[in-house]
Amino acid sequence: MSRFDLAIAIGGAAGQGIATPGDILARIFVRRGLHLNAYNAYQSIIRGGHIFLTLRTSDQPVLSFGDNIDILIPLNQDTMNRHLRLMKAGSAVLYNSDKIKPTTVAEGVQLCPFSVKELAPALKGDLVQNTIALGVVLRLIGVEFKILEDILFYQFKRKGDAAIAENVGVARAGYDHAGAHFKPFPFVLPDTGRKLAFFEGNQALAMGGAAAGVRFYCAYPMSPASGVLHWMARHGRQLGIMVRQVEDEIGVINMAIGAAHTGCRAMCATSGGGFALMSEALGSAAMMEIPVVCINVQRAGPATGVPTKTEQGDLLQVMGAGQGDYPRIIVAPTTIPDCFKTVPQLFNLVDKFQCPGIVISDLLLSEGRASVDAAELDFNVPIDRGEVIGLNGAALPPDDGYKRYQITASGISPRALPGTPGYVHVVATDEHDQEGVLISDEFTSANKRQAIHEKRMRKMEGVMPLLEPPGMFGPVDAEVTLIGWGSTQGVIREAVQKLGDEEGIVANHLQIKWLVPLHAEAIVSILSRSKKTIIVENNYSGQFARYLRSETSIVADGHIRKYDGEPFMPHHIVDGVKAILAGATRKYVPVHEIMV
Amino acid sequence: MSVSMTETEARARGARDDKAERAKLTVKDFKGQVDPDWCPGCGDFGVLSALKQAIVELGLQPHEVMTVSGIGCSSNLPGYINAYGMHTLHGRALAVATGAQLANHELKIIATGGDGDGYGIGGNHFLHCMRRNVDLTYIVMNNQIYGLTTGQISPTSVKGMKTKSTPFGSVENPINPIPLAIAGGATYVARGYTGHVKHLAELIKGGIQHKGFALIDAFSPCVTYNHDNSHEFFKQRTRMLADMGHDPTDFNAAMEKAYMWGEVIPIGLFWKRDDLPSLDQLEPVLADGGPLARRPLGVPPEIAQALIRELM
Repeated sequence: MSRFDLAIAIGGAAGQGIATPGDILARIFVRRGLHLNAYNAYQSIIRGGHIFLTLRTSDQPVLSFGDNIDILIPLNQDTMNRHLRLMKAGSAVLYNSDKIKPTTVAEGVQLCPFSVKELAPALKGDLVQNTIALGVVLRLIGVEFKILEDILFYQFKRKGDAAIAENVGVARAGYDHAGAHFKPFPFVLPDTGRKLAFFEGNQALAMGGAAAGVRFYCAYPMSPASGVLHWMARHGRQLGIMVRQVEDEIGVINMAIGAAHTGCRAMCATSGGGFALMSEALGSAAMMEIPVVCINVQRAGPATGVPTKTEQGDLLQVMGAGQGDYPRIIVAPTTIPDCFKTVPQLFNLVDKFQCPGIVISDLLLSEGRASVDAAELDFNVPIDRGEVIGLNGAALPPDDGYKRYQITASGISPRALPGTPGYVHVVATDEHDQEGVLISDEFTSANKRQAIHEKRMRKMEGVMPLLEPPGMFGPVDAEVTLIGWGSTQGVIREAVQKLGDEEGIVANHLQIKWLVPLHAEAIVSILSRSKKTIIVENNYSGQFARYLRSETSIVADGHIRKYDGEPFMPHHIVDGVKAILAGATRKYVPVHEIMV
Repeated sequence: MSVSMTETEARARGARDDKAERAKLTVKDFKGQVDPDWCPGCGDFGVLSALKQAIVELGLQPHEVMTVSGIGCSSNLPGYINAYGMHTLHGRALAVATGAQLANHELKIIATGGDGDGYGIGGNHFLHCMRRNVDLTYIVMNNQIYGLTTGQISPTSVKGMKTKSTPFGSVENPINPIPLAIAGGATYVARGYTGHVKHLAELIKGGIQHKGFALIDAFSPCVTYNHDNSHEFFKQRTRMLADMGHDPTDFNAAMEKAYMWGEVIPIGLFWKRDDLPSLDQLEPVLADGGPLARRPLGVPPEIAQALIRELM
């Protein structure tokens, strides 16, 4: 059975209302049980610029936003100029012919002009063309008008009957215009008879936090992490989560640490610049042994960098954040639904090991959208708070000999929550002994320092056995192994399929999710069977390649790297693998052909 | 016939036991695990002593109090008092204390630190903590010098002061924390002097009892690195606001007194208002259900379903 695969792109300037038709289409797809992957390319501008939203849908899981566009909806001339040249035979381009003229067009591309003046003479405003375009596109892919009518009703019901009638009217005009003038696609948009949901990575992270039992969330606004704050702010009261916008990221992480120390599960999210400000305090959480979760949604750096563009450039930052050695757990979710699952997993680990945990996401994952089966969104997750005294106000007999930092074989010392009678103690960012008494000031003790430092660091040994080890996807005896980490899982997997289907190259794939601690031995064992290895990552210097080499001595045979701000498309990886296997280069850097 | 205690009786008895228990505690019960490592004659001893007195007089128990400090000589205080404590990073005491207070608003949280910690590196948190009116008591041991780093100017060092970092005299104007706090939204603004421990204890007590952000700036002379602003200096100049007929609810009078500096330096309660709710009182999530930190985790199934429906 051949796979149904359709990609629709809507482009225009910021302020032209791309999000709404995008949402409507996404909803239509998932309500028919179709899978979805969407990526929005945009700039740090409120009005103007060029925004390009790609929605790809299929009856099979969609791994990336893909290589091709089947339907282009340019909302301005600029979008037409940028994208028409990339449209291939069999595709269609829908546009308002009052304002937009086609440029050079390949043979077999169906141009579908519509005149807003003719179809909606009475209506004014830029958004009319979006509604008409929706009518046109749905007619072309065989969706009955009633579905759009229902959605428009829902969308405009707050504005009253007149607004509903107006919008339904112009959508109908577009729908009928398409029926009369354009050739529909040779399929009807499938309906699997069940429904899927869809969400953005940041929503998934926030919902994962809610499922984990986060009671305190704080943040400073920073793209592309603000989506987590927005979700939390909207749902916090309903869920009993306190949500605070703080003066800066230093305040954010310290506030979260304060809340965590008293017993709340506390979380915050930021991007690389904000994370840099949090560095010292993450070390303090480790020193005081307070569990806290911080999400770093990477964007293209350094410095302010490209705020609305993606990169995997903060791996070395999160691994090296803060002075000194300290236990930390770092995880890079591999898909949008995985964002939801990872946060509760990480909370259980940081609670058990009383250390900071870092989720490393990126713009692609956090602002990308994907379909998900609602059954996968299980909020009833296992919760393990670790060894805590005084949780939920539970009373224990007072212990005169309580030592907050008692030296144990596991390195884990039961923590007592402030407010618990009989367990009074002080936690300190200065080095301290088992009782929490400072050893840094008056009588520095080398022996005590060594013992307590080893106790803290020893905790990491217990983490690894609890983490799911990475596994190889695809045939063991493949010609080439592609290695990635975090958000690139989907696009690499699609490239593996493409290599097999279109290029006759048998590839397999190893994706790393748990970065610290790293399953070094398992990775060495898995890769020992690989004939050639290529590491794919969204940064300039090969941060993961360097890390893998340092932990395993594995030197990859080739590298595919991208650091132009845009995510990989499957063909970028395919082209890179071909070039590397042909011996043309050891490091392939694709050119992003789409001008966004 | 057995007589069981009614709930009211039990509560009354519990309250009596509680009270009896509380009455027993003295300043000695609040002695920390170690003795202070401050220089002999350091003003900070006066703050520690006043703080313990205030806590004892309020009948608080060690587990009901948490001190939160930053870094510096004075920030070592949590180690010297028998209460829960957090000795956090330099400048971050108020941020950490805010998180702790919101997460468990039943704790009495007392942030302590120095002028460099609070008005310098932690200045941004100080400003925002005041405007939010977080229910904290913040005691700044103001010695107008960086002591632990062996003597450099601080944000409150006076113009012209010669230190290791200003060998030819500081050219900068100092921060005056009192008008800054009054204008910044603090709802209890006081200044004490560690030479008057009893007075300072009263100010701290008032601060702990006050629902909202209370700043107590305490002149706490550094006997090692600041020879300009010495005990001698303050003894001659400090004068009680209460003796000056000051009304702490009069904003203009408070601002006027706050700017007095020279031969007469007022100490006492400059400014107090009780009409503004503190942040925890404004937070709907805390409206009922007790401290956040003690609430059970988990999302009720009907809410989980509603969240999922939003995505479909």
